[in-house]
Amino acid sequence: MRLTVNGTEHEVDVEPEMPLLWVLRDVLGLTGTKYGCGIGQCGACTVHLGGRAVQSCQIAAGDVDGPVTTIEGLGTPEAPHPVQAAWIETQVAQCGYCQSGQIMAAAALLAETPQPDAAQIDAALHANLCRCGTYPRIRAAVRLAADKLREG
Amino acid sequence: MAGMGKIARRGFLIGAATVAGGLALGVYSLRQPYSSPLSKDLPAGMAALTPYVVIDRTGVTLITPRAEMGQGATSIQAALLAEELDIPLDAVRTDPGIPAPAYYNARIVAEGLPFAATDTGWLAETARETGAMVGKLMSLQITGGSTTVPDAYDRLRMAGATARAMLVTAAARRLGLDEAALRTEAGAVIAPDGTRLSYVELAPAAGRLLEPRKVALKDPSDWRILGKPMQRLDIVAKSTGTARYGIDQTAPGMLFATVRTNPARGGGVLHVDASRAESMRGVVKVMRLPDGIGVLADNTWRAFQAAKEVEIEWGPAPSPANTEALFDSIAGAFETRRDSRLKNEGDVEAALAGGADVEAEYRVPFLAHAPLEPMTAFAWFRNGMLELRAGTQIPRFVIDTAQRLSGLHEDLVGLYALPMGGSFGRRLEDDFIDQAVRLAWAAEGRPVRLTWSREEDMARDFPRPAAIARGRGRVEGGQVAALDLAIAAPSVSASQMGRLGVPTMGPDTAIVAGAWDQPFAIPSCRVTGHRAPETVPVSSWRSVGASANAFFHESLMDELIHAAGADPLAERLRLCTHAPSARVLEAVGQLSGWGTDPGPGRGRGLAFCLSFGVPCAEVVEVTATAEGIRIDRVLAVAEVGRVLDPVNIENQIQGGVIWGLGHAIWGELTHAEGRVEQANFDSYRAMRIDECPEIVVQALGSGGPVRGIGEPPVPPAAPALANAIFAATGQRLRSLPLARSVRFV
Repeated sequence: MRLTVNGTEHEVDVEPEMPLLWVLRDVLGLTGTKYGCGIGQCGACTVHLGGRAVQSCQIAAGDVDGPVTTIEGLGTPEAPHPVQAAWIETQVAQCGYCQSGQIMAAAALLAETPQPDAAQIDAALHANLCRCGTYPRIRAAVRLAADKLREG
Repeated sequence: MAGMGKIARRGFLIGAATVAGGLALGVYSLRQPYSSPLSKDLPAGMAALTPYVVIDRTGVTLITPRAEMGQGATSIQAALLAEELDIPLDAVRTDPGIPAPAYYNARIVAEGLPFAATDTGWLAETARETGAMVGKLMSLQITGGSTTVPDAYDRLRMAGATARAMLVTAAARRLGLDEAALRTEAGAVIAPDGTRLSYVELAPAAGRLLEPRKVALKDPSDWRILGKPMQRLDIVAKSTGTARYGIDQTAPGMLFATVRTNPARGGGVLHVDASRAESMRGVVKVMRLPDGIGVLADNTWRAFQAAKEVEIEWGPAPSPANTEALFDSIAGAFETRRDSRLKNEGDVEAALAGGADVEAEYRVPFLAHAPLEPMTAFAWFRNGMLELRAGTQIPRFVIDTAQRLSGLHEDLVGLYALPMGGSFGRRLEDDFIDQAVRLAWAAEGRPVRLTWSREEDMARDFPRPAAIARGRGRVEGGQVAALDLAIAAPSVSASQMGRLGVPTMGPDTAIVAGAWDQPFAIPSCRVTGHRAPETVPVSSWRSVGASANAFFHESLMDELIHAAGADPLAERLRLCTHAPSARVLEAVGQLSGWGTDPGPGRGRGLAFCLSFGVPCAEVVEVTATAEGIRIDRVLAVAEVGRVLDPVNIENQIQGGVIWGLGHAIWGELTHAEGRVEQANFDSYRAMRIDECPEIVVQALGSGGPVRGIGEPPVPPAAPALANAIFAATGQRLRSLPLARSVRFV
């Protein structure tokens, strides 16, 4: 089957029921997207599908109906996306394992709602668990990212 | 990873210095430093100055042997070295180095000694010194117990200063100048005429010098890095998906593995039929493992699917069947198994002879570590050697395990320590390493990456033990006059050290830590520990014994203070005998506006715990709404002696508060038929962002011993919340998780 990931088209030979998460990680080698629960409870596997934030452990490869963007496609260490730049500046990460998912969820939120209020930030990131407890810094980083995006 | 190739390969060839002679070694030789694992057979052009600073033509690499679990250990170790070495943090690489005795933890043993942190008497200090020697003797390279900073604070600054002195000496000889005429800055030695000699060019000559016996450390007022906000060295990688954890390791031809073991741990396997699983797409092998099976496949998902399809008849659970039986076993310890009475002041029996004003029982449940990255490890047998890559808090034990299983000499087992997607104590165990080695052996030369499913991770955790406390107390004239607290719990230390093959003796201070050692002079005060049988294996969980015992102690204190009609802050301050603790209590009082009217339906709860040498006080503010309890705000103050990174300490304290609150509200492992009933994050709830209150932090650095902050913010959170709920509603909650008793919004 054919998947477009981070702007590149891939032909992959996998079962249609294989979750997108594992196609990304184990077939395409895009390991920035993380496995945490496999049942859509932790959000560590969040990617963009057609610009929307989705939990890639809950999307079967055969159901992927649009272009996929992963954390690697959002930005790079050399050229981070404004949301990633805000995450760096705010020093959000502790263990860092959930942060790819947090950043993808935040980027999708800001694409839709450029100036989210506190409740909108919390609602958009509700599905993303952080065991280290970086939530206060995540909130601050989303607000900073909104400022960065507005200023261009 | 640039350093890895060189250093890890050298690790295979050279191996680490070995401990000879065991206990026969005298005190004199114990005081000698271990030889550096970097001291011999260095590749041409590479110089090792101390076990911590490696310089070659491409630059400076700092060795950071304490593991990165999220607390910023790598960055702070590098900062301590770089400060004295005089090199900017963005000009160095870091490498976890070769696990070696030279990297022993001098503080980890002292944490378990039966002396309160407030005790600086001769006996306590001597015992701590002896503890440091035990840590050295046993070459305990362990990350845990909030010891990274206290252990590294002098040691790594000394290492940095030593390396700097050697570079200065090399420069002085090269230039024919007196050392005193030279200064260092930004990775170079600078002569009075402005000549700059970089560390890279000086390294070969410096590496041939003997280490100086004495070096001077900078005055903190001259610090350029420490004490100021730092950018974590891993922050860019962790914000761009480029950090590589155990679960991300790859190698050509790698097989993807998973395991499925008896959810009733230790029950064993009676019968296996893997025929269907073995015929599934991508499955290479299904094999027996101790207590279960392992699957090798061509991707993780296929391995997961096949593991579920293996038909297994499990053996019966060896532990008590359900939660009630487990608590009964703990309660039984009150009658029979006294373990310690480390605090016994005044005359509690006499004080309570006329009856108690407060008498209550408190309970806390088993809890899972559940780091977001499940257990993972990479293992590869090749060229007669075993290469391991894994996140671990116990690298030397991991090598021992791999060596024992493989029969390979220690020098032929290499471990590259990886950052962990959380640990919270879970990776103080090496059960998953054992499995990875067996799977890699079966893979016949192909590399293997083992990934546990979340369900396996929950079923096979070594949990924080459940515990029960019975408290009594008496008040007199508006004051707390007597407190008697008995705590029953299984011994974490015996369970965990038993698995590591390290003998434990005497009482387990973890059973009473955070309760017996608190700095309050109650006229009659007694804390007794009772050791419950090890029904299920238990382990260290962020803040260990204090995670339970602060809830017991601070709940009982709060009840007594209310019974006395006193103010929770004023009465604690009146009883407090330890100036740094009093400072913390006063600061949290000011920060929270303690004593002002919180408003209708609102309440403030205060709790305090001195753990890991750090006094930490927290105030939780709640509102009792029609829909349930809402946590509005948390104020947290901790005293760490010196704040080395104001940004990271805030992040750690906030994270500790969230960990403490989330588990206090929802955290619980229950058992049925010998199995843990919670399989994933749907049933094992944790705090989410929309449930997270505002958390205001004040970190104090008023001098005194420099301490770590990973654990101390956790213990006060649960009792501060329960005390706040009492203040708002009059309902006293004595059992965790709180969501069993009240609704939260």
